[in-house]
Amino acid sequence: MPRIGIFICHCGSNIAGTVDIEKSIEAARGFPGVVHVDEYRYLCSELGQDLIKKAIEEHNLDRVVVGTCSPRMHEVTFRKAVTEAGLNPYLLEVANIREHCSWVHKDIEKATPKAIALLRAAAAKAALNDPLVAPSVEVEKRALVIGGGIAGIQAALDIAEAGYIVDVVEREPSIGGRMAQLEKTFPTLDCSACILTPKMVEVAQHPNVSLLTYSEVEEVKGFVGQFDVKIKQKARYVDPVKCTGCGICYEKCPAKTPSEFEMGLAKRKAIYVPFPQAVPNIPVIDRDACLYFRKGRCQICAQECPPQAIDYEQQDQIIERRYGAIIVATGFDQMNPSHYGEYGYGQHPDILTGLEFERLFNASGPTGGKVVRLSDGKPPKKVVFIQCVGSRDKARGMNYCSKICCMYTAKQAILLKEKVPDAKSYVFYIDVRTAGKGYEEFQRRAAEEYDVAYLRGQVGKIFPESDHLMVHGVDSLSGKTIEIKADMVVLAVASVARADAPEVGRLVGINSDSYNFFNEAHPKLKPVETHTAGIFIAGACQAPKDIPETVAQASAAAVKVVGLLSKDMLQGEACTAEVNQAECSGCLYCEAVCPYSAISPVEIEERYHGGTLKRTVVEVNPTLCHGCGSCTVVCRSGTINLKGFSNEQILAEVDAICLQR
Amino acid sequence: MIIATGKSSLIDEMKVQSGQNPAECYQCAKCSAACPVTAAMDLLPHQVIRYLQLGLEEDLLKSKTPWICASCFTCAARCPRDLDLARMMEGIRLSMLRRREGNKFGPADLTPEQLEKLPQQALVSGFRKYNK
Ligand SMILES: Cc1cc2nc3c(=O)[nH]c(=O)nc-3n(C[C@H](O)[C@H](O)[C@H](O)COP(=O)(O)OP(=O)(O)OC[C@H]3O[C@@H](n4cnc5c(N)ncnc54)[C@H](O)[C@@H]3O)c2cc1C
Ligand code: SF4
Ligand code: SF4
Repeated sequence: MPRIGIFICHCGSNIAGTVDIEKSIEAARGFPGVVHVDEYRYLCSELGQDLIKKAIEEHNLDRVVVGTCSPRMHEVTFRKAVTEAGLNPYLLEVANIREHCSWVHKDIEKATPKAIALLRAAAAKAALNDPLVAPSVEVEKRALVIGGGIAGIQAALDIAEAGYIVDVVEREPSIGGRMAQLEKTFPTLDCSACILTPKMVEVAQHPNVSLLTYSEVEEVKGFVGQFDVKIKQKARYVDPVKCTGCGICYEKCPAKTPSEFEMGLAKRKAIYVPFPQAVPNIPVIDRDACLYFRKGRCQICAQECPPQAIDYEQQDQIIERRYGAIIVATGFDQMNPSHYGEYGYGQHPDILTGLEFERLFNASGPTGGKVVRLSDGKPPKKVVFIQCVGSRDKARGMNYCSKICCMYTAKQAILLKEKVPDAKSYVFYIDVRTAGKGYEEFQRRAAEEYDVAYLRGQVGKIFPESDHLMVHGVDSLSGKTIEIKADMVVLAVASVARADAPEVGRLVGINSDSYNFFNEAHPKLKPVETHTAGIFIAGACQAPKDIPETVAQASAAAVKVVGLLSKDMLQGEACTAEVNQAECSGCLYCEAVCPYSAISPVEIEERYHGGTLKRTVVEVNPTLCHGCGSCTVVCRSGTINLKGFSNEQILAEVDAICLQR
Repeated sequence: MIIATGKSSLIDEMKVQSGQNPAECYQCAKCSAACPVTAAMDLLPHQVIRYLQLGLEEDLLKSKTPWICASCFTCAARCPRDLDLARMMEGIRLSMLRRREGNKFGPADLTPEQLEKLPQQALVSGFRKYNK
């Protein structure tokens, strides 16, 4: 017979206000196996824990039940306390009489019997608890960062500086992300390349960092401390060791195709680096555009390349590595606003998105840094900016605010005035949202010093008329309709999740919100953690955000990774599934439902009528098992059990509750 | 309907006369909420600024609001942008006078008793407000 001790917490008046403690103690004394019952105002306090420890000694307790708040709050605290008194931590059972009882009821007459029932159930389960030992997992001291935008770069640098090895996997031929596409950055207007390029170079040269560009993650297996990852490094068709980055190949290449980096506003060659400051400065050949790959003829780059670095025979490589932790920093995309017929995007060369307009300012951009109309090459004198295109729009766009557009619109209007001093900007807005250090001041400067007219309202239609665009809008503050003969229209389109975000999420095992942005584990207290241990998120893949916020989040994720990698061993999950192979029928239902691939079939030999029989059953890999319990539900013979939550234990709880009635 | 040009001579005049920049107003309408005489106005005080921002001169010149303004300076005391709308109103009145008729009233319109009883200050501000 076990010797159970029950300890009931008042939690101030949180529990005691709605649960009659005296009556509960009285009832608990009568539960089977209970040899000691006590109560305390705050059981989680030092004094409360001492009370439990002393009682274990004095009454020789071998099981402890606490009637307290949710195990999510203090299970760890009380497990530690009983361990200090010499008990196995899994011999503790928590009856949640706060969240599950006192907080959700008002009537003490009804709440008290419920609390007693919960305590009785916990005691019944505790009687069947076995001591469990969590397996230890060795931590691979290497981190993986997926995505080489400013988020990935910052996170990798912080991890590397802390002394750990880190690999950055970037899909594009160069790291840099969207920040590389920007001209100047709000709110201080420092030039994006001037602050980004040094960081790109630093991360590339850091002895602890390996950059795997033009690469993608193909498979992630394993668990925190030991993720086994397959990375596909696409063939560049250029030998990175021989290539000197001279650029002769792309100068001579005759094949042209629209440049992704320039948002299709300019062409690049079939062999190319996305932008002049690319890191690494090693070109790639785009097979779909290359004449040699398409038609079997050309090879000009190979002939021209001085160090003979071109290698058409290069193959994709699969790299397999183990990592202790992973940061996902895959960034964001811009919504294509073509479905907003009233804005005519895609139908006129002078109707651009914000990111396209941004490229016009850049010295290496499609216009060589001249802000001109793409239709006729003339500088625009009147530019209409439209905010919230696809943001805050539940009918045709996204419900959320994209957060960065108010600021970059103000920035672009300021930059425009600097490049074309006699230009006038009009901004149609719904609200101007500029929370952030120095942000409100920046936007006011646009309105007050740069003569930007802010019109509160939206645009209903845009008609091309001879050489200009007639913009029809409204100013709801004055109630007047507005017509502007504009030379150019810039749409601040919604920032959206990358198209392949759901796939990436599935690959690494993290979930997303309804917009496909990755979910943090807690919206306030765990902003960079995910629900999967060892996987963290940073930057605009979590929600639209600007550079300062992205960098802060990246450093936060890096700290979490460093904390993890600084441990040699991690405690694994003690409550894992175990199968009684003698009873297993080998139906393999459990294998199909296990989200962590922890179950696999094995052949066993059994004695049968004097002979031996080969039979398929399953086995559980306890290091892969997360203890989710899915398998125990589908098992037809009821023979796969979760340690600490066996069918027997759960039925004992149910019986104990029903007994009351 | 406005064909937005962004240019208005009224704004430029008013800026010089009042030393205030209407672009600084973000249309919170605190001035209108505080003004004691809005009941008699055809445009609310903050709308006057909006019309200035949009260069709606014609509409503004037709409005009675600048003449209803009591110059009590409540708006100026309350404005979070530190704008002095009362001064702007004064500037608008001056522009209106210059644009339309001449003096609205002069010393000759007052009886000798009125002239004697009215405080000097009221006379001076009355002439400033209603004369070219
Ligand atoms: C028009 C415009 C103007 C802006 N102006 C400013 C400004 O002035 N100031 C400011 O603070 N912010 C500005 N921003 C916001 C800024 O661009 C973002 O805050 C920043 O780029 C977010 O960085 P990130 O690393 O999270 O994402 P990204 O920059 O999107 O980088 C993500 C990286 O991950 C890579 N990647 C994606 N998927 C995968 C995958 N599956 N595998 C491997 N790699 C992958 C991408 O190729 C990319 O390199 C602006 C944004 C826009 C659209
Ligand atoms: S072989 Fe392909 S990449 Fe090389 S120059 Fe010809 S088209 Fe360009
Ligand atoms: S109180 Fe100031 S900021 Fe607000 S509407 Fe009036 S003038 Fe504009």
